Amino acid sequence: MQREPPTLDITGVLFVVLAIGVLGGGIAVVTLRNIIHSAVAMMVCFGSLAGMYVLLGAPIVAAAQVLIYLGAISVLILFAIMLTQAGDANLPAPFHQQGPFALGIAIVISALVGWAALSTDWRLAAEAVAVNLEALATALFDEYALPFEIISLLLLAAIIGAIFLARRPEEDERAN
Amino acid sequence: MGIGAYLVVSTLLFAIGAFGFLARRNAILMLICIELMLNAVNLSLVAFNAFQPGGSLNGAVFSLMVMAIAAAEATVGLALVIAIIRTRQTAEVDEYDDLKE
Repeated sequence: MQREPPTLDITGVLFVVLAIGVLGGGIAVVTLRNIIHSAVAMMVCFGSLAGMYVLLGAPIVAAAQVLIYLGAISVLILFAIMLTQAGDANLPAPFHQQGPFALGIAIVISALVGWAALSTDWRLAAEAVAVNLEALATALFDEYALPFEIISLLLLAAIIGAIFLARRPEEDERAN
Repeated sequence: MGIGAYLVVSTLLFAIGAFGFLARRNAILMLICIELMLNAVNLSLVAFNAFQPGGSLNGAVFSLMVMAIAAAEATVGLALVIAIIRTRQTAEVDEYDDLKE
């Protein structure tokens, strides 16, 4: 890891605050008993991640994060919870019996990947470089034009599939 | 901040998501944990993109693509979960044991 500069700069303070938001939100997601609370903690986590993208000089990615995750996916998940949860009168036990085993796997993952990330000499710049928005737009519609179009097709297929799957079966019988 | 700090946050977020996916019983919460893991990978992609010296934009483009795929995945996954919950009347995944019996 890079050594901390002796004078505490604003970027470092922001990074620590956002990291606490990301990791605290994530831990709250997996530990809170009520799933609505988990969804709100997930929004805190995603919002802090958007701040981290701004810190990394990629405000366009941060804007996409806010639009897609905070705007679309969070609302989708909250709607799904609203449609499926009966009420919070008697909440079931949140964890499987395999919980301790899963905790062990998570610790092994973080230890291995963290060790690999920190012990590697990445030969990278010491400071984050901001994304050139014009170059990004050109890359997206020139070099990556085919994946971009394929994603539009994938989204169409996902929308049709989701409508088909979530349709009520009664409408099926009425049609026959 | 160097890249190491961002990679540590990304690693820890991925581990939290993996733990939640394996340990929680609620199907919707398992989908939320998949989103956490995808976000962790996105953070490392954007961090590598920001710190690499060449000025290439692959990391930022990849992260945008991952977000679009994640949106499609969440849509279909939640539709599947809603369909299962409608037939089985429960969101607890360890009660989906028809094939075991």
